[in-house]
Amino acid sequence: MVGGLLPELGVLRKDFPILSRTLAGGLPLVYLDSANTSQKPQCVIDAMVDHLERHNANVARAMHQLGAESSEAFEAARDKVAAFINAPRDEVIFTKNASEALNLAANTLAWARGPLQVGEGDEVVITEMEHHSNIVPWQLLTQRTGATLRWFGLTDDGQLDLTNIDELITERTKVVALTWVSNMLGTINPVAEIARRAHEVGAIVVVDASQAAPQLPVDVTTSGADLLAFTGHKVVGPTGIGVLWGKRELLEQLPPFLGGGEMIATVEMERSTYAGIPHKFEAGTPPIVEAVGLGAAVDYLSHIGMDAIHAHEQAITAYALEGLATVPGLTVLGPLDATQRGGAISFEIDGVHPHDVAQVLDSRGIAVRAGHHCAKPAHKRFGVQSSTRMSSYLYTTPAEIDALVDGLEYTRSYFKLG
Amino acid sequence: MSTDLDTLYQEIILDHYKNPHNKGLRDEFEAEVHHVNPTCGDEITLRVHLVDGQVKDVSYDARGCSISQASASVLTELVIGMPIDEAMAIHENFLTLMQSKGTIEPDEDVLEDGIAFAGVAKFPARVKCALLSWMAWKDATAQVLESNSLEKETAR
Repeated sequence: MVGGLLPELGVLRKDFPILSRTLAGGLPLVYLDSANTSQKPQCVIDAMVDHLERHNANVARAMHQLGAESSEAFEAARDKVAAFINAPRDEVIFTKNASEALNLAANTLAWARGPLQVGEGDEVVITEMEHHSNIVPWQLLTQRTGATLRWFGLTDDGQLDLTNIDELITERTKVVALTWVSNMLGTINPVAEIARRAHEVGAIVVVDASQAAPQLPVDVTTSGADLLAFTGHKVVGPTGIGVLWGKRELLEQLPPFLGGGEMIATVEMERSTYAGIPHKFEAGTPPIVEAVGLGAAVDYLSHIGMDAIHAHEQAITAYALEGLATVPGLTVLGPLDATQRGGAISFEIDGVHPHDVAQVLDSRGIAVRAGHHCAKPAHKRFGVQSSTRMSSYLYTTPAEIDALVDGLEYTRSYFKLG
Repeated sequence: MSTDLDTLYQEIILDHYKNPHNKGLRDEFEAEVHHVNPTCGDEITLRVHLVDGQVKDVSYDARGCSISQASASVLTELVIGMPIDEAMAIHENFLTLMQSKGTIEPDEDVLEDGIAFAGVAKFPARVKCALLSWMAWKDATAQVLESNSLEKETAR
């Protein structure tokens, strides 16, 4: 028996219709790619279908009953997301995804004037374990403003190397952007501790919570973040919607991101004035039904309880680390202590390329990810070009981990490795 | 289950993967290219050496999965020693096979060991792996031909 699992896991799994489908050859699905995208419970699917069937209209610009219902549903979704991260509702901005949220942060900081302005001589600090979407926007910002990009390196066991934190975060630092949980190494970073140092020098802290929001209780008031991004589709919600949360006083100082409808107060031919937050950052018709789906998704997670989900992830992760350790020639990249990490486990197998591992697993109905997982620098740091990644979620069972370990043994025998 | 897998991983492919032919970068070449598969990070550095309308050598250094490695090995076996236009025709033939979604019977007289990749065409996600080295070769060859024709024009 594995301790710490969610109770009645078999019943919970029935909430996710896709988990009971079979694949080619009648194989059951073993879905271990949730860090890539999570599966959706029926209540999310139903909320979206119901909205489209009964309430569809544009928001905030339709003076009819459907428009009122749609606007109410959209703004109710904002309330649900706000409650999920313990934030005031007007600090929650809907975006297309986490990448757009991070680009919103980096672009508006690049355009900011006054105390937030980033320019020559200033520094932006990131880390070597970031997803490409928390690297490239900061490269663009520093290239456009003449600022310098710096980064935390990694230790051999996949933690941030904080030994030079006082050399990295200095009076010149304007922004510190880092991931809460690594999508490749699984590492949970000490965000609050780094944020304390960053705030001492007056820097803004941007947190990529794409992998944290699905797995950990997120309370923005204690997180240390000034801006925090995550995406809907990893928290059992739909694709096409992400979230940027920001502290009110910061959001109010930042210039608009995209121009268009909804983000304005008045428009004249010469100039415009802008809406208050959060609408200032939401130009154009938003992803309405996606927001409704996301609202249902975070309600679903909150109903189960993020503490319980985190405990389940840790239990499954510990069980997986134990199982993977029995596979000859397998090396896990990242921390080996389940309490120090999230549920994404990347690994290498001597003599078999990750693509080939994933292909053989797929032939047994097991879905994992193979490649660089949009974290090329982190792979390079560990001298590997790519890896295989299994990632669990609240619906993952120990039996699925057993299937993975068996599948890896089979992979080794298929490629005739001992 | 494993029959599907065996369609993909033909013995010929696994043999070329374990013992790649013509691997390594050699000094005589007119063009060198570096191609990557951005989705997985597989990469190849490939050099072509053309003499008198013939593919004199193709040398390469590559990192990637069994399909991409075996494909590079088979490519070099096929085209080295060929007249360029015939090599291009083989390239065309292989490309058509890869894009066929498994509907074409490969011609062993043209593709030799390359027929083993017919199964790959049924796995859309792996077609790019099989084509990585072939696209690199075509690119490098085109670069040499283009600079040759430029030189001729300048000489005139």
